[in-house]
Amino acid sequence: MTATAEIVGRGNSDGARLFREWFADLTAAAAEGRGAAYVFVMGSLAELLRTFDLPIVFPEINSLQTAVRRVAHEYLAEAEDYGYSPDICGYVKADVATQLRGGALPMGRIPKPAVSVLTNACNTYIKWGEIWERMHGTPAFVLDVPGSRAAGLRPGPGDADFEGDRRYVLAQLRELIPVLERVSGQRFDVDRLRESLRHANTMSRAWQRLLELNRSRPSVFNALSDGTIFLGVANALRGSAAGAAYFEDLVEEMEYKVAHGIGTLTEEKWRLVFVGVPCYPIFRRFNELFGEWGGTFVNSTYLWFASGGTNLGYQYDLAHPLESLAEGLLVSVRDAMDSMFFQTGILADMIDAFHVDGVVFHPIKSCRTVSTGLADNRRALMEQRDVATLFIESDMMDRRVVSEAQLKNRVDAFFEGLAARKASAALAQSRR
Amino acid sequence: MTTLFAEWRDRPLDDALAACRDLLDDDRFPTVRRWREAGGKVIGHFQVYFPEEIAHAGGLLPFKVRGAAVEPTRAESHFGSYLCSILKTSLELTLSGRVELEAFFTHPICDAARNLAAVWGRNTPYPCQIVYLPQNANSAHAAEYLRHEYDRVRRVLEPIAGRAIGEADLAASIAVYNENRALIRELYALKRDAPWQLGADEAYVLTAIGGLLRREEHNEILRALLPQIRGRPAKARDRIRVVFEGGFCEQPPLDLIRMIGRSCHVVDDDLLIGLRWIVSDVVPDGDPLGSLAVAYLEQSSHSPVQHDARKPKGPMLLERIRAARAQAAIVTAAKMCEPGLEEQVVHTRTLDEAGIPYFVSEFEENMTSFEQLEIQLETFVENLLFE
Repeated sequence: MTATAEIVGRGNSDGARLFREWFADLTAAAAEGRGAAYVFVMGSLAELLRTFDLPIVFPEINSLQTAVRRVAHEYLAEAEDYGYSPDICGYVKADVATQLRGGALPMGRIPKPAVSVLTNACNTYIKWGEIWERMHGTPAFVLDVPGSRAAGLRPGPGDADFEGDRRYVLAQLRELIPVLERVSGQRFDVDRLRESLRHANTMSRAWQRLLELNRSRPSVFNALSDGTIFLGVANALRGSAAGAAYFEDLVEEMEYKVAHGIGTLTEEKWRLVFVGVPCYPIFRRFNELFGEWGGTFVNSTYLWFASGGTNLGYQYDLAHPLESLAEGLLVSVRDAMDSMFFQTGILADMIDAFHVDGVVFHPIKSCRTVSTGLADNRRALMEQRDVATLFIESDMMDRRVVSEAQLKNRVDAFFEGLAARKASAALAQSRR
Repeated sequence: MTTLFAEWRDRPLDDALAACRDLLDDDRFPTVRRWREAGGKVIGHFQVYFPEEIAHAGGLLPFKVRGAAVEPTRAESHFGSYLCSILKTSLELTLSGRVELEAFFTHPICDAARNLAAVWGRNTPYPCQIVYLPQNANSAHAAEYLRHEYDRVRRVLEPIAGRAIGEADLAASIAVYNENRALIRELYALKRDAPWQLGADEAYVLTAIGGLLRREEHNEILRALLPQIRGRPAKARDRIRVVFEGGFCEQPPLDLIRMIGRSCHVVDDDLLIGLRWIVSDVVPDGDPLGSLAVAYLEQSSHSPVQHDARKPKGPMLLERIRAARAQAAIVTAAKMCEPGLEEQVVHTRTLDEAGIPYFVSEFEENMTSFEQLEIQLETFVENLLFE
C-alpha cells in the first residue's frame, strides 16, 4: 500500500470508527443502568467529567444524527404530540422524544441523565436541562460563562473585568466538583484531571493547526462535510488519549495532503466559508449543491462555535489544573459565542487568510442563537469586504422547512453570480 | 426637574387613566422626546430586567425597550424569518429615529435577545452592550459576580452622565425605586383583592408607563390615582379569577388584555415582570450595588428566562395561582418565543396534574384581530361557570 493510500482518508474512517465505538460504549452503559452526564458542545467540560468515569452524552449530536439518518421527523412529531411547539429548537424536540423512548436512537441507546452540566453559551441549553429536571429529577448545573459584552470588548488576564469573570467561573467549578462526586460516587482526582487536560491540550493544538492547514490551495478538507466528522470526535473524545491521538494523526494526514497538493474530492474552483448550522436533513445533498459547481467550504463558523472555541488552541497550565480549566473555559466559550454574535471581523479575517470567493449564510428556523444576527452580519460584512454572499434559510432538523428545489435555485444563481464577477474582474484586469 | 408627563394631572380619574393609555399608545414616545429636548440623556434597556437605579443615579432616563406596535419596515431586513416580533420592532424604534439613545443594553435572556446588542451595535454609534446577569443563581459567588457586573455598567454610564455615580446617588435612586415597587405591589394587591375596581388593561397601563418615565413621576401618578381607583364606585362581579402567564418579554396588545378583562378577572400575571422583579425593598445604604445584586438573586420573582433551582417553573406557577386565589390560568406565549413556548409545556402539564383549568394561546404584539380568540376564551369561561 502506498503512503498516500495509507494516510489519505484516514481521518474520516478513523473518525467514523471512534464515533461508533463511543456510541457502543453509551449503549453498554445504558444496558448496565448507569447514569450519564448530559452536556453540550459549547463548554462540555468533558475534561473534568471524564475523570469521574461518567458516560458523556451530547444530546445535540444525538439529535443531528436523527436528521442525518432521516428519521428526525418521527422524533419531532412525537415531541410535538407531547406539547412542544413546531417553532422551537428541533434538537430539543428530538431529545424529548428520545427520552420518551427510553433513550432509543438509530445508533443505539443512551443512558439516562444522572447530571446535566449546561453552559449559557446557548440559552436553550438551560431550558433543555430543566426538561430533564422535570422528566427524571436530574440535577441541572448551569455553568455560567460570561461572554463578550460588546464587539471587540475582550478583556484578558489581569484586567479587572476578566478577573471578575474568572473568579466566578472558578467558583462554579469548585461547586460542581462535589455534585459530580455525589453523582458518580468517586472522589475528585486532580492528577486524573491533569492527564485529561494534557490530552485536551494536544487536541486543541491540533484543531487549531487543522484549521490553518486548510488555507492551502487546494483545501485539504471540506469544512462542512469532513469538518462535521472531526467535530464529532473533538466533542465526544475531548480530554481522552484516543481523541488526542486521533487529532495528531489527522494533522499528519492533512500536512501530508498539503505537501503533496492533494485536495478534497471536489475539483476546487470556488473557496467558500459556511456561516451557520448545517442542513442535516439533506446533509450530503446540501454539500453537493455546492460541490457540483466546484465550490468547497474551506472554513466555517461552525468549526469554531460547535467546538466550543477549540479553534483558539488554548493550552491548559497543568501546574494549576482547576484554575487553568476555569480560564480556558472562559476564554474558549467566550470565543465560541463571539463567532456567533460578533462574527463580522472573524469572517473578514477568514476571507483574507483563506482566499475566499464567497460566504454562505445559512440561518435555520431551529436555532435562534446562531441565526438571529446573520442577516445583519451579512450586511456588515459586505460593507467591509467586496465578497459574494449567499443567504439561504432552512433547518438543521425539520425537513418541513427544507426545500431542496428552492435551495438549488439560489445556489445555482449564486455560482452564476460568482462566475460573472470573476469574468468581470478578468475583463477589468485585461483593460488595465 | 423636567416634567415629562403632565397630561393626567388635575383631571377626573377616567380622564387621567385615558391620558396614561394615550401615552402608552403613542409610538412617538413623547416623554423620551421631552427629556431629550430638556438636555437629558436616555439609556435603553431591553426586556426583562435591568438595574435602572444605576442609570437613574447618574441623572439619566432609563427607557424600557419592549417593542412597539409599529411596522418593522427598516428592521425587517436585519433579521431572518423565524423570529419574535419584539426584536424587530425594538430595533425599528432606533432605526426609524422614533427613539434616540445614548446607550443600549440587552441581556442573555434568550437566544434571540442576546444577539440584539450585536445587531444594535452594528447600526448605531453609541455603546451597545450585553449585561450578563448571572444564569447560575445558585452559585454562592453569583452575588459578588453580579456586583462586579453592575459596577461595570456604572463605569459605562459615567462618561455618558458626565459625572461619577456615587454611593449616595445610588442610595437615593434605590429609595425612589423602592417606593415605586411598593406602589406597584399595592396596585397588584388591588387587582387581586378587588379586581372589579380596575380593568386588566387599566392595571397594565398604570404599570407599563413606568418604563417611559422618571420613577419620581410614576410614583406621583400611582400615589394620586390608586386611592381614587380604590374609592371609585364599582360593583363586585362574580367572574372567573385567572392568572395570565406568558407576558414576561414581548407584550400582548392592550386590546387583547382588555378583551381578556371583559371575560375574566385577571388577578395576577407576569406582564412586564421586570418592573416587579424585585419583590421587597432593596437596602439602600452600605453597598448599594451589592444590595441590588443580592436583591436580583434573593428578593426576586421568577420567569422562564432565569434558571434558579429554588424556583422550579411549575410549582412557581401554582404558587402564583394560589396566592392570587385564581381558579384558572391563561397560558400564553409570544409567537416564535423559544423560552415562552417551552414553558407552555411545563405549565400545561403542571396544571393538568394539579387539576387547574387553563386556556392556551399564542399572541403577537402587532396582532389586531381578537374575535376568534374572544369566542374561544368566552367558551372556556362559560364551561367553567357552568361546570
